[in-house]
Amino acid sequence: MTAAVTCTALAHAFGDTRAVDGFDLTVSEGEVFGLLGPNGAGKTTAIRCITTLLPVPSGMVAVFGRDAARDRMAVRRLLGYVPQQLSADQNLTGRENVVLFARVFDVPRRERAERVAQSLAAVDLTDAADRLAGTYSGGMVRRLELAQALVSAPRLLILDEPTIGLDPIARTGVWEHITAVREATGMTVLVTTHHMDEADQYCDRVGLMHRGRIRALGTPAELRRGLGERRGLAPTDPLPSLEDVFRDVAGSGLDDTSGDFRDVRSTRRTAQRVG
Amino acid sequence: MSEAPAAPRSASADRAHERGIDLLLRPPVPRAGWRVLPARVAALCAVELQKLSHDRTELYTRAVQPALWLLIFGQTFSRIRAIPTGGIPYIDYLAPGIIAQSAMFIAIFYGIMIIWERDAGVLNKLLVTPTPRSALITGKAFAAGVKSLIQAVVVILIAALLGVALTWNPLKLLGVAGIVVLGSAFFSCLSMSIAGIVLSRDRLMGIGQAITMPLFFGSNALYPVAIMPGWLQAISKVNPLSYEVDALRGLLLGTPAHLALDFGVLVLAAALGITAASALLGRLAR
Repeated sequence: MTAAVTCTALAHAFGDTRAVDGFDLTVSEGEVFGLLGPNGAGKTTAIRCITTLLPVPSGMVAVFGRDAARDRMAVRRLLGYVPQQLSADQNLTGRENVVLFARVFDVPRRERAERVAQSLAAVDLTDAADRLAGTYSGGMVRRLELAQALVSAPRLLILDEPTIGLDPIARTGVWEHITAVREATGMTVLVTTHHMDEADQYCDRVGLMHRGRIRALGTPAELRRGLGERRGLAPTDPLPSLEDVFRDVAGSGLDDTSGDFRDVRSTRRTAQRVG
Repeated sequence: MSEAPAAPRSASADRAHERGIDLLLRPPVPRAGWRVLPARVAALCAVELQKLSHDRTELYTRAVQPALWLLIFGQTFSRIRAIPTGGIPYIDYLAPGIIAQSAMFIAIFYGIMIIWERDAGVLNKLLVTPTPRSALITGKAFAAGVKSLIQAVVVILIAALLGVALTWNPLKLLGVAGIVVLGSAFFSCLSMSIAGIVLSRDRLMGIGQAITMPLFFGSNALYPVAIMPGWLQAISKVNPLSYEVDALRGLLLGTPAHLALDFGVLVLAAALGITAASALLGRLAR
């Protein structure tokens, strides 16, 4: 089976800052893979290389066997992408937002309305489809963005911090829709998140990223069990959390490296807009 | 040209059918070659019209300034008779200049809009679609043209109400539409190119304000090129707004104009603008 995503020795620098440095990753087809790490770990840069937004100056990135550096249009046709920011246009209705993406992915006119309706139904937005997106709650906007990504039938869905700023109920709602759509379509999901509890609950495998590369890789249970064994915990002791695993892998000094001013501002803006 | 995406996942077909989302398993067949550009342009223009249909406030508020130019400046200078207009009332002479000005003011904000779209994640999301950067910029340039065209219709109606003797020849009006769209495409690309260089809204607003009025006053919108000092005539010669105004005057009022030259310059300017803005778009995506 072809891997959904393959990154080999990927490196990308902004000036003197090596945002991604020796990044190796393989995401299998059909899995939900969580890329975890603090702000500034290099998650977004890695995602941008995979989505063709950034060039691949060093190393190799392939999506379902297509080279992201040389075959950009073919890679883009395989992707559905939801950025961290609330990117739905608040001055359009939910339906119009999805129609735009149907059009730029060349959905023919004869099936456009039905495909858009199915995308909106998949995220339970049928009733709100003809309201302006500006009137939606934060959770609804995230679901709308999911519908925009789904309308082109992507094989790989990439979600950058999809639940940032959402309350726990809305977070659960977004994840339930991601899980349901993934089960129904079999698509691969690559998600970045700060929330270790979400990764633990919803991801098949996770990669813990720090200072530009993957520091630990496995299922959440494997990683927690591994740390428990390293710490010599008894079988009856509660397993460490993913956050414990992450602190163990990354070591000290996390607070000093977690994101620059722009990262934090962007995160806060998104959280503020979600409300 | 991109190849067709790989086949959909068959294992999930039954579950998707049960949920009524079977179309979401089938990737659309990609358009190829020359058909990509008009499809993207149409999609982005449609968005602009949809937004205007939901909220016409901008249309009304943007009509105020041209109305004031025609009402106050136009009527006052018609009485003074200080500006040689080739025998037509000054307000008639002014109207095409104000149409071009209001279209330019709309287009020049597209750079700020594209920076806002970058900050909101909209730009990145569009750049991850199978849309070449040049098609995205062309789409935005023509969307600016569509918006400016609607503004031009409003100004033409105001001018007609003020008694300006405009043509109602459909072919000439079609020519007016083409000129307004081309002019707006250039100015929106100029603004998006600057956005790709300065990368921030604050800087772009400063530069936008710094260049908008010189472009306006350094054109033939308010007065003929012949009465300008030599240095301003030189600026006017390389200012696409002058060619836009010249063409609009010729089409709407029937004054002597260099329509072929005007059209050629605006096509060339729009093409160069699209090329420059497309080349700089990558800087905004980083």
